[in-house]
Amino acid sequence: MQERVKAKAIELLESGVCDRVLGWKAGEFFYDVTPAVFTSREEIEKEFVFGPFCGANMSKYLIAESRKEGKKVGAFLKPCDTYSFQQLQKEHRIWRENVYAVGVQCEGMCDIEALKAAGIKGILGAEGSGDTLTVHTLYGDKSVERKAVLAERCACCKSKKLLGCDEIVGEQGEELESARFEQVAKLEAMTPDERFAFWRGELSRCIRCNACRNVCPACSCEKCVFDNPNSGIENKAASNSFEENLFHIIRAFHVAGRCTDCGECSRVCPQHIPLHLLNRKFIKDINELYGEYQAGADMDTRPPLMNFQMDDPEPSVVHERGSDQ
Amino acid sequence: MQVKEEFKPTIVAFCCNWCSYAGADLSGTNRLQYPANVKIIRIPCSCRLNPMFILRAFQRGADGVILCGCHPGDCHYTTGNYYARRRMTLLFSMLDYLGIERERTRVEWVSAAEGAKFAATMNDFVETVTKLGENKRLEDLRCKSE
Amino acid sequence: MKKCPISQLDALFAALAAQQKLYIPTGEAKTAAFKPWEEGMKLTDALNTVRSAKDLFFPQVENLVNFKVTGKEIEIIENRDPAEPFVVFGVRACDCRSFDILDKVFLCDPVDTYYQTRRENGVIMTMACTEPEETCFCTAFGIDPTDPAGDVSCWTDSENLYLRANTEKGEKLLSGLPMLSEGDAPAADKSVFERLPLKNLPLDKFGGEHMMELFNRPEWKGLAESCLGCGTCTFVCPTCQCYDIKEFNTGDEIKRFRCWDSCMYSDFTLMSAGQPRPTQLERFRQRFMHKLVYYPSTHDGEFGCVGCGRCLQKCPISMNIVKVAKTLGEEKE
Repeated sequence: MQERVKAKAIELLESGVCDRVLGWKAGEFFYDVTPAVFTSREEIEKEFVFGPFCGANMSKYLIAESRKEGKKVGAFLKPCDTYSFQQLQKEHRIWRENVYAVGVQCEGMCDIEALKAAGIKGILGAEGSGDTLTVHTLYGDKSVERKAVLAERCACCKSKKLLGCDEIVGEQGEELESARFEQVAKLEAMTPDERFAFWRGELSRCIRCNACRNVCPACSCEKCVFDNPNSGIENKAASNSFEENLFHIIRAFHVAGRCTDCGECSRVCPQHIPLHLLNRKFIKDINELYGEYQAGADMDTRPPLMNFQMDDPEPSVVHERGSDQ
Repeated sequence: MQVKEEFKPTIVAFCCNWCSYAGADLSGTNRLQYPANVKIIRIPCSCRLNPMFILRAFQRGADGVILCGCHPGDCHYTTGNYYARRRMTLLFSMLDYLGIERERTRVEWVSAAEGAKFAATMNDFVETVTKLGENKRLEDLRCKSE
Repeated sequence: MKKCPISQLDALFAALAAQQKLYIPTGEAKTAAFKPWEEGMKLTDALNTVRSAKDLFFPQVENLVNFKVTGKEIEIIENRDPAEPFVVFGVRACDCRSFDILDKVFLCDPVDTYYQTRRENGVIMTMACTEPEETCFCTAFGIDPTDPAGDVSCWTDSENLYLRANTEKGEKLLSGLPMLSEGDAPAADKSVFERLPLKNLPLDKFGGEHMMELFNRPEWKGLAESCLGCGTCTFVCPTCQCYDIKEFNTGDEIKRFRCWDSCMYSDFTLMSAGQPRPTQLERFRQRFMHKLVYYPSTHDGEFGCVGCGRCLQKCPISMNIVKVAKTLGEEKE
């Protein structure tokens, strides 16, 4: 797949369709790839990679890239990225006419932390086809099951469909039956006290690095309310639990109905807070109360929070749930 | 012997200018009683209520927050309360999800003519929140005066 | 040198904790952190904690002082933590070196008394490394991970924990612990450190001499391009020391906080005239120039990085000081 993606990138540059392409650049190791803009054949041949550690969602970079002068920017998008790509077009953030979008078939991205959590130290490289990965380490070779080291979001992938692309490399995928709400349902089944303890335990680790916000394709405000010294809630560090709660509730609320569930927030969190569970709660509620909705799946439906029905349930529906839910 | 002071919750009521704010007035002119610890904040429409206002009210010491707006279909701006309805439903559900007592938040539709409903709603809400006690799960320790 | 059987480790911790607060690195690898020791707490399997030991001396948020206004009077209420002695166990050689760097910033004139108090009260017990991660590069900065500094240095083998007091504070701490006996640690095996992939960083060009040349290098654009502008690297860094002062009006009084700041943020050093580093490129450059150029230029060539590798592991887009050093430091063909 990497060779086909690289060949396509070179083709886009040399045919003159694009003067730059957005892709993944090799790092010091096999897993620390960085999103980068490539402008020449040499760079692509030397440094462009596409593999099981290219997890970064590329769509947000297109906000800035599509506004630059010059020819089109070529962009390689995984299925998740295409949902964000469409959502951002819906919000008029990406200038579509300046982008040449190439969809890339995705087999699911691996999580280096999961590899490490499997007890593998000093990782130098990984390779292998099919279900097993061979990992080279400072202490010799080890093999692991690929499924066991998939990122959480990929283990419960919602769709492998590539949307709104000019071209596709590999196979077009399908929407999948996904168990992504299982954990949310598990939390809902707990008592309020248990839920409170769970979230305090998680959110209290927050260091307010803002990585979740800055990586989020739905968080594309020019100036975030939490960065505005005049908002009265600007805070660089959470001095107590209220600020941690406030930040995460408000951030999840701001993206509710627009979040495509790409899972970037949880991927980037240095403290491994399962932030996607907040967003998925909103998605699950929206699905249950207002009908199935997938942000970014199409170009014309109204987002559920910018919409209403005369017979929507009353807010008391929350109070009327069973006492243990 | 020291007598333990009875807990009196602080309630913030966000009231739509076109209905429940007038409803509160009416209940006053009709001499209907509702507790003095309900602090009313007037907003131009129920959909003006940013979720941040609710959280900030809790931060600054509220024990319960209630939103009163026009009955669905009667919004002064035609559809504002429909949007507010969705937002508040989702927000309350999220607060509940985080383990914050769901009875601390409520939405009631109260028209300008429903002075009695306003008073009854406030009495009931104050009673519910009194039972719950102090807001501990969404408090900001900095704002607690010793 | 002293030794303590591994089986007696809990007793050693209990004895230390009985005298003063004891912090140990604990928790699963993903969320390992220094926490106050409690009965039954286990040391983490992770090589290092997510956040560094810096937090215990320079906390992320600190309430410095409160102001209360009554009539025409302003009352100033000092809000220092009481000066409590404490011990941090299991600090790695890299984190330990970071205190040399922080000391030069906070303990020079004017002295930061909040930091100073904690430094005076804190005893650092370091732990030698035997199984480094691939992201480790402390040896590039002349740190020997098999012989860490600190008030007390520790080594382990399968049976014993070996302890060596390096300072008076350390001597005092170790004296009178019944589970300690005399014993020498076996020589450390350094071969694995020779195989570390990042051990040779091209650092010769960095330091004060080439400041303007490095500042103006065109490569910064490409390096900074994908930076998200989050503060992850700065907040997990053991040597980042920037902070901001924020005031909070509680309605009753004003609380003045000191909180960590990040040069990656758009409002870092924001002034009434605006932001002196208007785009992410300047902010990104600031961080790495500070570590590799500005700091050494004012501190006898000592770098402001200790090679702990946290930013390599945590950066959401995997851009880090190693990539910067290699891009700018390698001789062009």
